[in-house]
Amino acid sequence: MDVISVEGLSHTYLSGSLRVAALEGVDFGIPEGQMAAIVGPSGSGKSTLLHILGCLMQVERGTYRLSGEDVTKLPGDELARVRGTRIGFVFQAYNLVPQLTALENVELPLAYLGTPRRQRRQRAMQALEAVGLGERARHRPFELSGGQQQRVGVARAVVTEPSVILADEPTGNLDTASGQAVMELFRDLHRQGRTIVVVTHAPEVAAGCERTIHIRDGRVVKDARREGRPRDVARG
Amino acid sequence: MSLGDSLRIAVRALVLQRLRTMLAMLGVIIGITAVIALLSVGTAASDSVTSKVSGLGARVIDLTPMGQSGVTLDAADASWLLRRVREISAAAPIISGSVTSYQGGKTWSTTLIGTTPGALAIEGRSVAIGRDFTRSETANDASVAVIGSTTAKKLFSGSDPIGRQITVDGVPLTIVGEMQTEGTSQGFGQDPDDEIVVPISLAQDIIGTSDLSMIVASARSASYVPLAVGHLEAVLDTRFGTTDAANVQSAAALGSTLSSITSILTLLLAGIAGISLLVGGIGIMNIMLVTVAERTREIGLRKAIGAKNRDISLQFLLEACLLSVTGGLIGAGAGIGGGILIERAFGWSPLIDWQGVTIALAFSVAVGILFGLWPALRASALDPVEALRSA
Ligand SMILES: Nc1ncnc2c1ncn2[C@@H]1O[C@H](COP(=O)(O)OP(=O)(O)OP(=O)(O)O)[C@@H](O)[C@H]1O
Ligand SMILES: [Mg+2]
Repeated sequence: MDVISVEGLSHTYLSGSLRVAALEGVDFGIPEGQMAAIVGPSGSGKSTLLHILGCLMQVERGTYRLSGEDVTKLPGDELARVRGTRIGFVFQAYNLVPQLTALENVELPLAYLGTPRRQRRQRAMQALEAVGLGERARHRPFELSGGQQQRVGVARAVVTEPSVILADEPTGNLDTASGQAVMELFRDLHRQGRTIVVVTHAPEVAAGCERTIHIRDGRVVKDARREGRPRDVARG
Repeated sequence: MSLGDSLRIAVRALVLQRLRTMLAMLGVIIGITAVIALLSVGTAASDSVTSKVSGLGARVIDLTPMGQSGVTLDAADASWLLRRVREISAAAPIISGSVTSYQGGKTWSTTLIGTTPGALAIEGRSVAIGRDFTRSETANDASVAVIGSTTAKKLFSGSDPIGRQITVDGVPLTIVGEMQTEGTSQGFGQDPDDEIVVPISLAQDIIGTSDLSMIVASARSASYVPLAVGHLEAVLDTRFGTTDAANVQSAAALGSTLSSITSILTLLLAGIAGISLLVGGIGIMNIMLVTVAERTREIGLRKAIGAKNRDISLQFLLEACLLSVTGGLIGAGAGIGGGILIERAFGWSPLIDWQGVTIALAFSVAVGILFGLWPALRASALDPVEALRSA
């Protein structure tokens, strides 16, 4: 069964009197365990699509099913619940809360789910250790490098065990080495069977995914699936 | 998110922004301090007036010449009134003036009171050491005096004044008694224990006038007071042919007038303090709006990872309430302390208006909720995508 399934997804922005059609009838499905890249020129609608997939935006037209549940018309609080339980979001600009330590940042989604403190701490610590930052748990974001901050961001995205991990240009602010380290984390997660959708401009990032959805002017123009698992691609 | 977690986030944010937190609380601190201090000082003031009046005995009636139409009262009028008005059981003439007293090289400016032996009793005062001067001493123009405790302290610095000599405006007097300390003052800043009381004829010689400053009378009982006041007024009218000869006022009526004035003043002051509390609330709202604007991106992030609108609004509402309640508590402490200091300075018994404290604290919570609500709702209404895009 597809974890993500969208049909006829359209979205129009109103900026002043101008109507910008960001998405015009997008259909696709992402099966469980797939790692897909969404690529396309700037302004083609990638972020808009990802925000809708992340339930950060109401669906304007079309339908969106997440693990079979129609989330198209969910009210605000229900969408918040879906974001908290089923979606892990990784941002280009990391978006860690500056006042909180790495560990507390990773705990945050669990806090909104009402997980008891002790359990929260434990799970957050495990997630941090999984991204290799167990040592930095007590550090605040400004004491971490960009690459480390993004790894904390990945830990925060996976700590709730979401159905899907969505990342909008997760390596966009990073140098090549840090970017590769972050992508390595995603591939690890993929190997563990997680479903991942990455929006990217970087060809090497797309090349590491088993499927690449090309978007242009708000439409899917090409949907390329590669045979085999991404690790085979990555390791030649 | 649990309330405890929300509270922890709010405390954290406030502690990290210490200076801003202090400034935001300042308005509420000043407002609550003012409300509590003013309420308790006001209550203490009217309590002091009331207890003073009831201490005097509700029987005291003052007759003060109004100085209009050339009417003056003299010592003979006092005894005449006592004979004519059956509702009063005692009346004493009072003459007073400023004098300079000397003793063993010490000089002290004070008030000289000339009267008859009964006056102290009418005013509810008594002699602590020694004795009052007697009727025969009054008749014989004897050079004797009873002094207040403050005057005694100034002239004799603690040693026993009885039997000692002082000179008042060049006239030598022998101290025969010292009055019981009154302590609290009815008027502001006037010390009731700083006076020299002498027989009336002697005071007339020293001050140089026989015009009375007032006559104090005592009704037969408290219930006779209104009748006595009416009768005294009628008798004075016929004697002097004018209704303006003297103002007849019972201490009880004076007391209730004074305490209604003080309670009106108290309410006015509390109203002004309440307005300053509102200004404090607006200060909190201002700071909260700035905070929300600064943390827009963080709000977007929190929403993106599962925070409900309610979680966001609660977090900022708690922050505003913490500000106003902490400010309120600091203000309550300062207000109670300040009130006690002011009351001590006026010589009133210190009083904490707990009802006022409770109301003021409830008010500060209300201010936090009222003025924190709008910024909190603004924060929770932010669109997550737009909030995340903000700088
Ligand atoms: N809030 C908005 N208001 C108006 N127009 C918007 C808004 N957000 C996006 N758009 C427009 O919608 C279109 C798609 O934007 P989107 O951000 O999805 O593109 P993108 O593919 O993510 O681009 P990039 O690669 O530069 O991030 C663009 O033309 C953009 O100008
Ligand atoms: Mg984009």
